[in-house]
Amino acid sequence: MGDLLGLLSFGPDGWGDEIAAGTWLTIRLAAATLPFGLALGFVVGLARNANAPWLSVPGNLFATVFRALPELLTLFIVYYGGQYLVQWLVSFFTDTYVEINAFVAGLVALGLVFAAFASEVFLGAFRSIGRGQYEAAAAVGLTPFQAMRLVIVPQLIRYALPGLANLWLVLLKETSLVSIIALNDLLRQTSVAVGATKEPFFFYLVACLIYLAMSIISTFGLVAIERWSERGMKR
Amino acid sequence: MSQLELLGRYGPRMLEGLLVTIELVAISVALGALISLPMALARLSSNPVLRALSLGYTFFFRGTPLLAQVFLVYYGSGEFRTFLESIGLWWFFRDAFYCCLLTFTLNTGAYQTEILRGAIRQVAAGQTEAAYSLGLSRWQTMLKIVLPQAVLLGLRPLGNEVILMIKGSAVAAIVTVFDLMGATRLAFARSFDITVYFYAAILYFILVETLRRVWNRVERRLSRHIRRSTA
Repeated sequence: MGDLLGLLSFGPDGWGDEIAAGTWLTIRLAAATLPFGLALGFVVGLARNANAPWLSVPGNLFATVFRALPELLTLFIVYYGGQYLVQWLVSFFTDTYVEINAFVAGLVALGLVFAAFASEVFLGAFRSIGRGQYEAAAAVGLTPFQAMRLVIVPQLIRYALPGLANLWLVLLKETSLVSIIALNDLLRQTSVAVGATKEPFFFYLVACLIYLAMSIISTFGLVAIERWSERGMKR
Repeated sequence: MSQLELLGRYGPRMLEGLLVTIELVAISVALGALISLPMALARLSSNPVLRALSLGYTFFFRGTPLLAQVFLVYYGSGEFRTFLESIGLWWFFRDAFYCCLLTFTLNTGAYQTEILRGAIRQVAAGQTEAAYSLGLSRWQTMLKIVLPQAVLLGLRPLGNEVILMIKGSAVAAIVTVFDLMGATRLAFARSFDITVYFYAAILYFILVETLRRVWNRVERRLSRHIRRSTA
Protein backbone atom coordinates (compact mmCIF):
# COMPACT_ATOMS: atom_id res chain seq x y z
CA MET A 1 0.00 0.00 0.00
CA GLY A 2 2.90 2.31 0.85
CA ASP A 3 4.30 1.66 -2.63
CA LEU A 4 1.04 2.66 -4.21
CA LEU A 5 0.79 5.88 -2.27
CA GLY A 6 4.41 6.60 -3.24
CA LEU A 7 3.26 6.53 -6.86
CA LEU A 8 1.07 9.51 -6.09
CA SER A 9 3.90 11.64 -4.71
CA PHE A 10 4.86 14.84 -6.47
CA GLY A 11 8.19 15.05 -8.23
CA PRO A 12 10.03 12.91 -10.79
CA ASP A 13 9.20 9.53 -9.20
CA GLY A 14 5.53 10.04 -8.51
CA TRP A 15 2.54 10.82 -10.66
CA GLY A 16 0.96 13.26 -8.24
CA ASP A 17 1.97 16.38 -10.15
CA GLU A 18 0.87 14.95 -13.52
CA ILE A 19 -2.52 14.00 -12.14
CA ALA A 20 -2.86 17.39 -10.43
CA ALA A 21 -2.09 19.09 -13.76
CA GLY A 22 -4.73 16.94 -15.45
CA THR A 23 -7.27 17.81 -12.76
CA TRP A 24 -6.49 21.49 -13.27
CA LEU A 25 -7.08 21.15 -17.02
CA THR A 26 -10.39 19.37 -16.39
CA ILE A 27 -11.49 22.20 -14.11
CA ARG A 28 -10.36 24.85 -16.61
CA LEU A 29 -12.17 23.14 -19.47
CA ALA A 30 -15.41 22.79 -17.50
CA ALA A 31 -15.17 26.38 -16.22
CA ALA A 32 -14.49 27.72 -19.74
CA THR A 33 -17.35 25.71 -21.25
CA LEU A 34 -19.89 26.95 -18.71
CA PRO A 35 -20.25 30.61 -19.83
CA PHE A 36 -20.30 29.61 -23.51
CA GLY A 37 -22.89 26.90 -22.92
CA LEU A 38 -25.00 29.12 -20.67
CA ALA A 39 -25.04 32.04 -23.11
CA LEU A 40 -25.82 29.84 -26.12
CA GLY A 41 -28.39 27.89 -24.11
CA PHE A 42 -30.11 31.11 -23.07
CA VAL A 43 -30.27 32.37 -26.66
CA VAL A 44 -31.60 29.03 -27.90
CA GLY A 45 -34.13 28.94 -25.06
CA LEU A 46 -35.24 32.45 -25.98
CA ALA A 47 -35.58 31.41 -29.63
CA ARG A 48 -37.59 28.33 -28.73
CA ASN A 49 -39.86 30.44 -26.54
CA ALA A 50 -40.56 32.89 -29.38
CA ASN A 51 -43.79 32.89 -31.32
CA ALA A 52 -42.10 33.45 -34.65
CA PRO A 53 -41.47 30.10 -36.37
CA TRP A 54 -38.25 31.30 -38.00
CA LEU A 55 -36.86 31.48 -34.45
CA SER A 56 -38.53 28.57 -32.71
CA VAL A 57 -38.05 25.97 -35.45
CA PRO A 58 -34.24 26.25 -35.69
CA GLY A 59 -34.09 26.50 -31.89
CA ASN A 60 -36.04 23.29 -31.47
CA LEU A 61 -34.01 21.56 -34.15
CA PHE A 62 -30.75 22.52 -32.45
CA ALA A 63 -31.96 21.26 -29.08
CA THR A 64 -33.36 18.02 -30.47
CA VAL A 65 -30.24 17.16 -32.43
CA PHE A 66 -27.65 17.91 -29.76
CA ARG A 67 -29.67 16.19 -27.06
CA ALA A 68 -29.97 13.06 -29.20
CA LEU A 69 -26.36 12.64 -30.37
CA PRO A 70 -23.80 10.91 -28.17
CA GLU A 71 -21.46 13.53 -26.67
CA LEU A 72 -18.52 11.53 -27.99
CA LEU A 73 -19.86 11.73 -31.56
CA THR A 74 -20.46 15.48 -31.24
CA LEU A 75 -16.89 15.84 -30.02
CA PHE A 76 -15.50 13.88 -32.99
CA ILE A 77 -17.60 15.84 -35.47
CA VAL A 78 -16.45 19.15 -34.00
CA TYR A 79 -12.83 18.03 -33.74
CA TYR A 80 -12.37 16.36 -37.14
CA GLY A 81 -15.00 18.42 -38.94
CA GLY A 82 -13.55 21.62 -37.46
CA GLN A 83 -10.15 20.56 -38.70
CA TYR A 84 -11.47 20.19 -42.27
CA LEU A 85 -13.35 23.44 -42.07
CA VAL A 86 -10.44 25.49 -40.74
CA GLN A 87 -8.04 23.92 -43.24
CA TRP A 88 -10.42 24.70 -46.07
CA LEU A 89 -10.83 28.32 -44.96
CA VAL A 90 -7.09 28.77 -44.51
CA SER A 91 -6.35 27.25 -47.93
CA PHE A 92 -7.80 30.36 -49.57
CA PHE A 93 -4.97 32.41 -48.16
CA THR A 94 -1.95 30.23 -47.55
CA ASP A 95 -0.72 26.65 -47.82
CA THR A 96 0.33 26.27 -44.20
CA TYR A 97 -1.02 23.39 -42.17
CA VAL A 98 -3.05 24.47 -39.18
CA GLU A 99 -4.03 22.19 -36.37
CA ILE A 100 -7.22 22.80 -34.49
CA ASN A 101 -6.76 23.21 -30.77
CA ALA A 102 -8.15 20.19 -28.88
CA PHE A 103 -9.09 22.41 -25.94
CA VAL A 104 -11.19 24.64 -28.18
CA ALA A 105 -12.77 21.63 -29.90
CA GLY A 106 -13.66 20.17 -26.51
CA LEU A 107 -15.04 23.49 -25.33
CA VAL A 108 -17.23 23.91 -28.43
CA ALA A 109 -18.52 20.32 -28.44
CA LEU A 110 -19.29 20.20 -24.72
CA GLY A 111 -20.73 23.72 -24.95
CA LEU A 112 -23.12 22.75 -27.77
CA VAL A 113 -24.42 19.79 -25.77
CA PHE A 114 -24.65 21.89 -22.60
CA ALA A 115 -26.53 24.61 -24.50
CA ALA A 116 -29.05 22.12 -25.91
CA PHE A 117 -29.93 20.83 -22.45
CA ALA A 118 -29.75 24.30 -20.87
CA SER A 119 -32.20 25.65 -23.47
CA GLU A 120 -34.65 23.05 -22.19
CA VAL A 121 -34.16 24.31 -18.63
CA PHE A 122 -34.53 27.96 -19.69
CA LEU A 123 -37.63 27.13 -21.73
CA GLY A 124 -39.24 25.57 -18.68
CA ALA A 125 -38.24 28.61 -16.61
CA PHE A 126 -39.69 31.03 -19.18
CA ARG A 127 -42.96 29.13 -19.08
CA SER A 128 -43.18 29.27 -15.31
CA ILE A 129 -43.09 33.06 -15.36
CA GLY A 130 -46.63 34.35 -15.76
CA ARG A 131 -47.76 36.51 -18.68
CA GLY A 132 -48.77 39.14 -16.15
CA GLN A 133 -45.10 39.87 -15.49
CA TYR A 134 -44.54 40.85 -19.14
CA GLU A 135 -47.76 42.84 -19.24
CA ALA A 136 -46.97 44.67 -16.00
CA ALA A 137 -43.47 45.50 -17.26
CA ALA A 138 -44.93 46.89 -20.50
CA ALA A 139 -47.54 48.80 -18.52
CA VAL A 140 -44.95 50.69 -16.50
CA GLY A 141 -43.24 51.64 -19.73
CA LEU A 142 -40.28 49.26 -19.89
CA THR A 143 -39.01 48.35 -23.34
CA PRO A 144 -39.00 44.59 -24.10
CA PHE A 145 -35.24 44.52 -23.53
CA GLN A 146 -35.52 46.30 -20.20
CA ALA A 147 -38.35 44.01 -19.17
CA MET A 148 -36.16 41.00 -19.95
CA ARG A 149 -33.16 42.37 -18.07
CA LEU A 150 -34.89 43.86 -15.03
CA VAL A 151 -37.98 41.72 -14.55
CA ILE A 152 -37.76 38.36 -16.28
CA VAL A 153 -34.12 37.29 -15.95
CA PRO A 154 -33.81 37.86 -12.18
CA GLN A 155 -36.79 35.53 -11.66
CA LEU A 156 -35.64 33.17 -14.38
CA ILE A 157 -32.40 32.46 -12.56
CA ARG A 158 -34.25 31.11 -9.56
CA TYR A 159 -36.39 28.75 -11.65
CA ALA A 160 -33.50 27.60 -13.80
CA LEU A 161 -30.85 27.07 -11.13
CA PRO A 162 -31.68 23.51 -10.00
CA GLY A 163 -31.68 22.30 -13.61
CA LEU A 164 -28.50 24.17 -14.49
CA ALA A 165 -26.80 22.83 -11.35
CA ASN A 166 -27.49 19.31 -12.58
CA LEU A 167 -26.08 20.16 -15.99
CA TRP A 168 -22.88 21.44 -14.38
CA LEU A 169 -22.38 18.12 -12.61
CA VAL A 170 -22.98 16.29 -15.90
CA LEU A 171 -20.54 18.61 -17.69
CA LEU A 172 -17.84 17.96 -15.11
CA LYS A 173 -18.02 14.24 -15.85
CA GLU A 174 -18.29 14.66 -19.61
CA THR A 175 -15.02 16.56 -19.80
CA SER A 176 -13.44 13.10 -19.46
CA LEU A 177 -14.30 12.47 -23.14
CA VAL A 178 -11.68 14.98 -24.29
CA SER A 179 -9.01 12.54 -23.11
CA ILE A 180 -9.77 10.67 -26.35
CA ILE A 181 -8.75 13.59 -28.54
CA ALA A 182 -5.40 13.69 -26.76
CA LEU A 183 -6.09 16.57 -24.42
CA ASN A 184 -4.19 16.07 -21.17
CA ASP A 185 -7.12 16.13 -18.79
CA LEU A 186 -7.42 14.14 -15.56
CA LEU A 187 -8.41 10.89 -17.24
CA ARG A 188 -5.72 11.08 -19.92
CA GLN A 189 -2.98 11.85 -17.41
CA THR A 190 -4.21 8.89 -15.40
CA SER A 191 -3.94 6.68 -18.48
CA VAL A 192 -0.39 7.90 -19.03
CA ALA A 193 0.43 6.97 -15.44
CA VAL A 194 -1.17 3.56 -15.96
CA GLY A 195 0.89 2.99 -19.08
CA ALA A 196 4.11 3.64 -17.17
CA THR A 197 3.35 1.91 -13.87
CA LYS A 198 1.02 -0.97 -14.89
CA GLU A 199 -1.25 -0.19 -11.96
CA PRO A 200 -4.54 0.41 -13.78
CA PHE A 201 -6.93 -0.40 -10.96
CA PHE A 202 -5.27 1.87 -8.43
CA PHE A 203 -4.86 4.86 -10.75
CA TYR A 204 -8.33 4.72 -12.31
CA LEU A 205 -9.78 4.42 -8.82
CA VAL A 206 -7.83 7.53 -7.78
CA ALA A 207 -9.17 9.35 -10.86
CA CYS A 208 -12.73 8.32 -9.97
CA LEU A 209 -12.25 9.60 -6.42
CA ILE A 210 -10.97 12.94 -7.74
CA TYR A 211 -14.07 13.26 -9.95
CA LEU A 212 -16.20 12.42 -6.91
CA ALA A 213 -14.42 15.08 -4.86
CA MET A 214 -15.01 17.68 -7.58
CA SER A 215 -18.71 16.76 -7.64
CA ILE A 216 -18.97 17.07 -3.86
CA ILE A 217 -17.26 20.46 -3.77
CA SER A 218 -19.48 21.66 -6.64
CA THR A 219 -22.56 20.53 -4.79
CA PHE A 220 -21.64 22.68 -1.80
CA GLY A 221 -21.09 25.66 -4.07
CA LEU A 222 -24.36 25.07 -5.90
CA VAL A 223 -26.32 24.86 -2.67
CA ALA A 224 -24.83 28.21 -1.64
CA ILE A 225 -25.75 29.80 -4.98
CA GLU A 226 -29.27 28.43 -4.77
CA ARG A 227 -29.68 29.90 -1.31
CA TRP A 228 -28.42 33.24 -2.64
CA SER A 229 -30.92 33.16 -5.51
CA GLU A 230 -33.77 32.66 -3.06
CA ARG A 231 -32.69 35.47 -0.75
CA GLY A 232 -35.67 37.61 -1.71
CA MET A 233 -38.23 34.86 -1.32
CA LYS A 234 -40.42 34.16 1.65
CA ARG A 235 -39.46 30.99 3.44
CA MET B 1 -14.60 7.59 -53.17
CA SER B 2 -18.21 8.37 -53.91
CA GLN B 3 -20.76 8.46 -51.12
CA LEU B 4 -22.44 5.35 -52.53
CA GLU B 5 -19.20 3.41 -52.49
CA LEU B 6 -18.51 4.65 -48.97
CA LEU B 7 -21.91 3.48 -47.77
CA GLY B 8 -21.58 0.21 -49.66
CA ARG B 9 -18.27 -0.53 -48.03
CA TYR B 10 -18.92 0.60 -44.46
CA GLY B 11 -22.74 0.82 -44.24
CA PRO B 12 -23.32 -2.86 -43.40
CA ARG B 13 -20.71 -2.72 -40.64
CA MET B 14 -22.27 0.39 -39.18
CA LEU B 15 -25.69 -1.27 -39.17
CA GLU B 16 -24.17 -4.27 -37.42
CA GLY B 17 -22.65 -1.79 -34.97
CA LEU B 18 -26.10 -0.29 -34.43
CA LEU B 19 -27.34 -3.74 -33.42
CA VAL B 20 -24.44 -4.09 -30.97
CA THR B 21 -25.34 -0.71 -29.48
CA ILE B 22 -28.98 -1.76 -29.08
CA GLU B 23 -27.92 -5.07 -27.58
CA LEU B 24 -25.57 -3.39 -25.07
CA VAL B 25 -28.19 -0.87 -23.98
CA ALA B 26 -31.13 -3.29 -23.85
CA ILE B 27 -29.31 -5.88 -21.75
CA SER B 28 -27.71 -3.41 -19.36
CA VAL B 29 -30.93 -1.42 -18.83
CA ALA B 30 -32.84 -4.65 -18.12
CA LEU B 31 -30.19 -5.95 -15.70
CA GLY B 32 -29.89 -2.49 -14.17
CA ALA B 33 -33.62 -2.59 -13.44
CA LEU B 34 -33.09 -5.84 -11.53
CA ILE B 35 -30.39 -4.16 -9.44
CA SER B 36 -32.43 -1.02 -8.84
CA LEU B 37 -35.30 -2.71 -7.01
CA PRO B 38 -33.34 -4.18 -4.06
CA MET B 39 -31.08 -1.10 -4.01
CA ALA B 40 -34.01 1.32 -3.84
CA LEU B 41 -35.64 -0.75 -1.09
CA ALA B 42 -32.32 -0.84 0.78
CA ARG B 43 -32.09 2.91 0.49
CA LEU B 44 -35.54 3.34 2.01
CA SER B 45 -35.09 0.70 4.70
CA SER B 46 -34.58 1.49 8.36
CA ASN B 47 -31.37 -0.53 8.51
CA PRO B 48 -28.42 1.93 8.46
CA VAL B 49 -26.00 -0.62 6.96
CA LEU B 50 -28.28 -1.30 4.00
CA ARG B 51 -28.90 2.42 3.54
CA ALA B 52 -25.19 3.23 3.55
CA LEU B 53 -24.47 0.41 1.10
CA SER B 54 -27.08 1.65 -1.37
CA LEU B 55 -26.04 5.28 -0.93
CA GLY B 56 -22.37 4.45 -1.52
CA TYR B 57 -23.21 2.47 -4.65
CA THR B 58 -25.35 5.17 -6.28
CA PHE B 59 -22.98 7.92 -5.16
CA PHE B 60 -19.95 6.31 -6.78
CA PHE B 61 -21.56 5.40 -10.09
CA ARG B 62 -23.44 8.67 -10.49
CA GLY B 63 -20.53 10.84 -9.45
CA THR B 64 -17.83 9.49 -11.77
CA PRO B 65 -17.58 9.54 -15.58
CA LEU B 66 -18.80 6.44 -17.39
CA LEU B 67 -15.57 6.36 -19.38
CA ALA B 68 -13.47 6.22 -16.19
CA GLN B 69 -15.69 3.40 -14.92
CA VAL B 70 -15.18 1.46 -18.15
CA PHE B 71 -11.40 1.92 -17.86
CA LEU B 72 -11.50 0.85 -14.22
CA VAL B 73 -13.29 -2.41 -15.05
CA TYR B 74 -11.62 -3.22 -18.37
CA TYR B 75 -8.01 -2.31 -17.63
CA GLY B 76 -8.29 -2.70 -13.86
CA SER B 77 -9.44 -6.30 -14.11
CA GLY B 78 -6.20 -7.19 -15.95
CA GLU B 79 -4.37 -6.59 -12.71
CA PHE B 80 -6.34 -9.39 -11.04
CA ARG B 81 -5.87 -11.81 -13.91
CA THR B 82 -4.46 -14.71 -11.90
CA PHE B 83 -7.21 -14.40 -9.35
CA LEU B 84 -9.90 -14.14 -12.00
CA GLU B 85 -8.44 -17.14 -13.82
CA SER B 86 -8.46 -19.16 -10.60
CA ILE B 87 -12.16 -18.55 -10.06
CA GLY B 88 -12.90 -19.15 -13.74
CA LEU B 89 -14.09 -15.63 -14.60
CA TRP B 90 -11.23 -14.43 -16.78
CA TRP B 91 -13.09 -15.16 -20.02
CA PHE B 92 -15.64 -12.59 -18.92
CA PHE B 93 -13.25 -9.77 -18.04
CA ARG B 94 -10.97 -10.46 -21.01
CA ASP B 95 -13.78 -9.50 -23.36
CA ALA B 96 -14.31 -5.76 -23.82
CA PHE B 97 -17.98 -6.30 -24.68
CA TYR B 98 -18.68 -8.07 -21.37
CA CYS B 99 -16.71 -5.45 -19.46
CA CYS B 100 -18.82 -2.71 -21.01
CA LEU B 101 -21.96 -4.68 -20.30
CA LEU B 102 -20.99 -5.01 -16.64
CA THR B 103 -20.02 -1.34 -16.29
CA PHE B 104 -23.13 -0.07 -18.08
CA THR B 105 -25.33 -2.34 -15.95
CA LEU B 106 -23.84 -1.04 -12.72
CA ASN B 107 -24.01 2.53 -14.00
CA THR B 108 -27.61 2.49 -15.16
CA GLY B 109 -28.53 0.45 -12.08
CA ALA B 110 -27.37 3.35 -9.93
CA TYR B 111 -29.41 5.90 -11.91
CA GLN B 112 -32.45 3.62 -11.94
CA THR B 113 -32.14 3.18 -8.18
CA GLU B 114 -32.48 6.94 -7.78
CA ILE B 115 -35.44 7.03 -10.18
CA LEU B 116 -37.24 4.22 -8.38
CA ARG B 117 -36.48 5.64 -4.96
CA GLY B 118 -37.88 9.03 -6.00
CA ALA B 119 -40.96 7.38 -7.50
CA ILE B 120 -41.64 5.29 -4.38
CA ARG B 121 -41.44 8.40 -2.24
CA GLN B 122 -43.82 10.20 -4.60
CA VAL B 123 -46.57 7.67 -3.99
CA ALA B 124 -48.84 9.39 -1.48
CA ALA B 125 -48.40 8.32 2.14
CA GLY B 126 -52.16 7.84 2.37
CA GLN B 127 -51.83 4.82 0.08
CA THR B 128 -49.54 3.08 2.54
CA GLU B 129 -51.65 4.05 5.52
CA ALA B 130 -54.82 2.82 3.83
CA ALA B 131 -53.13 -0.49 3.02
CA TYR B 132 -51.96 -0.93 6.62
CA SER B 133 -55.40 -0.15 7.96
CA LEU B 134 -56.81 -2.87 5.71
CA GLY B 135 -54.43 -5.28 7.41
CA LEU B 136 -51.88 -5.72 4.59
CA SER B 137 -48.36 -6.55 5.73
CA ARG B 138 -45.42 -4.28 4.87
CA TRP B 139 -44.33 -6.52 2.01
CA GLN B 140 -47.82 -6.83 0.62
CA THR B 141 -48.21 -3.07 0.79
CA MET B 142 -44.92 -2.53 -1.02
CA LEU B 143 -45.51 -5.15 -3.70
CA LYS B 144 -49.21 -4.69 -4.36
CA ILE B 145 -49.89 -1.04 -3.57
CA VAL B 146 -46.78 1.14 -3.69
CA LEU B 147 -44.56 -0.46 -6.36
CA PRO B 148 -47.16 -0.68 -9.14
CA GLN B 149 -47.85 3.03 -8.75
CA ALA B 150 -44.16 3.91 -8.36
CA VAL B 151 -43.18 2.06 -11.55
CA LEU B 152 -45.75 4.05 -13.48
CA LEU B 153 -44.43 7.32 -12.05
CA GLY B 154 -40.89 6.26 -12.88
CA LEU B 155 -41.62 5.45 -16.53
CA ARG B 156 -40.94 8.94 -17.85
CA PRO B 157 -37.55 9.43 -16.17
CA LEU B 158 -36.68 5.85 -17.07
CA GLY B 159 -37.21 6.72 -20.74
CA ASN B 160 -34.72 9.57 -20.33
CA GLU B 161 -32.28 7.20 -18.68
CA VAL B 162 -32.51 4.74 -21.59
CA ILE B 163 -31.72 7.61 -23.98
CA LEU B 164 -28.75 8.69 -21.86
CA MET B 165 -27.56 5.09 -21.92
CA ILE B 166 -27.79 4.90 -25.73
CA LYS B 167 -25.66 8.04 -25.96
CA GLY B 168 -23.31 6.98 -23.20
CA SER B 169 -22.78 3.55 -24.73
CA ALA B 170 -20.66 5.20 -27.44
CA VAL B 171 -17.69 5.11 -25.05
CA ALA B 172 -17.61 1.33 -25.57
CA ALA B 173 -15.88 2.14 -28.86
CA ILE B 174 -12.86 3.40 -26.93
CA VAL B 175 -12.17 -0.06 -25.50
CA THR B 176 -12.41 -1.73 -28.93
CA VAL B 177 -16.08 -2.75 -28.92
CA PHE B 178 -17.51 -2.47 -32.43
CA ASP B 179 -20.76 -0.79 -31.57
CA LEU B 180 -22.11 1.91 -33.91
CA MET B 181 -19.44 4.34 -32.71
CA GLY B 182 -16.71 1.71 -32.97
CA ALA B 183 -17.67 0.73 -36.52
CA THR B 184 -17.78 4.41 -37.49
CA ARG B 185 -14.35 5.06 -36.02
CA LEU B 186 -12.97 2.15 -38.01
CA ALA B 187 -14.61 3.46 -41.19
CA PHE B 188 -13.11 6.90 -40.57
CA ALA B 189 -9.65 5.49 -39.87
CA ARG B 190 -9.73 3.66 -43.22
CA SER B 191 -11.47 6.20 -45.45
CA PHE B 192 -10.53 9.53 -43.83
CA ASP B 193 -13.97 10.66 -44.91
CA ILE B 194 -15.64 12.84 -42.28
CA THR B 195 -19.12 12.07 -43.66
CA VAL B 196 -19.14 8.65 -41.95
CA TYR B 197 -19.57 10.51 -38.67
CA PHE B 198 -22.60 12.28 -40.09
CA TYR B 199 -24.11 8.95 -41.12
CA ALA B 200 -23.53 7.70 -37.59
CA ALA B 201 -25.17 10.87 -36.26
CA ILE B 202 -28.24 10.18 -38.41
CA LEU B 203 -28.47 6.61 -37.13
CA TYR B 204 -28.14 7.67 -33.48
CA PHE B 205 -30.68 10.41 -34.05
CA ILE B 206 -33.22 8.01 -35.57
CA LEU B 207 -32.68 5.53 -32.75
CA VAL B 208 -33.11 8.11 -29.99
CA GLU B 209 -36.05 9.94 -31.57
CA THR B 210 -37.92 6.71 -32.32
CA LEU B 211 -37.43 5.50 -28.77
CA ARG B 212 -38.48 8.85 -27.33
CA ARG B 213 -41.68 8.99 -29.35
CA VAL B 214 -42.66 5.36 -28.78
CA TRP B 215 -41.87 5.68 -25.07
CA ASN B 216 -44.06 8.80 -24.77
CA ARG B 217 -46.93 6.95 -26.45
CA VAL B 218 -46.57 3.93 -24.16
CA GLU B 219 -46.28 6.11 -21.08
CA ARG B 220 -49.41 8.04 -22.02
CA ARG B 221 -51.31 4.86 -22.74
CA LEU B 222 -50.32 3.19 -19.45
CA SER B 223 -51.04 6.22 -17.30
CA ARG B 224 -54.31 7.25 -18.96
CA HIS B 225 -56.35 6.27 -15.89
CA ILE B 226 -54.56 8.80 -13.69
CA ARG B 227 -54.38 11.62 -16.19
CA ARG B 228 -56.30 14.56 -14.79
CA SER B 229 -56.90 16.50 -17.99
CA THR B 230 -56.22 16.09 -21.66
CA ALA B 231 -53.26 18.45 -21.48
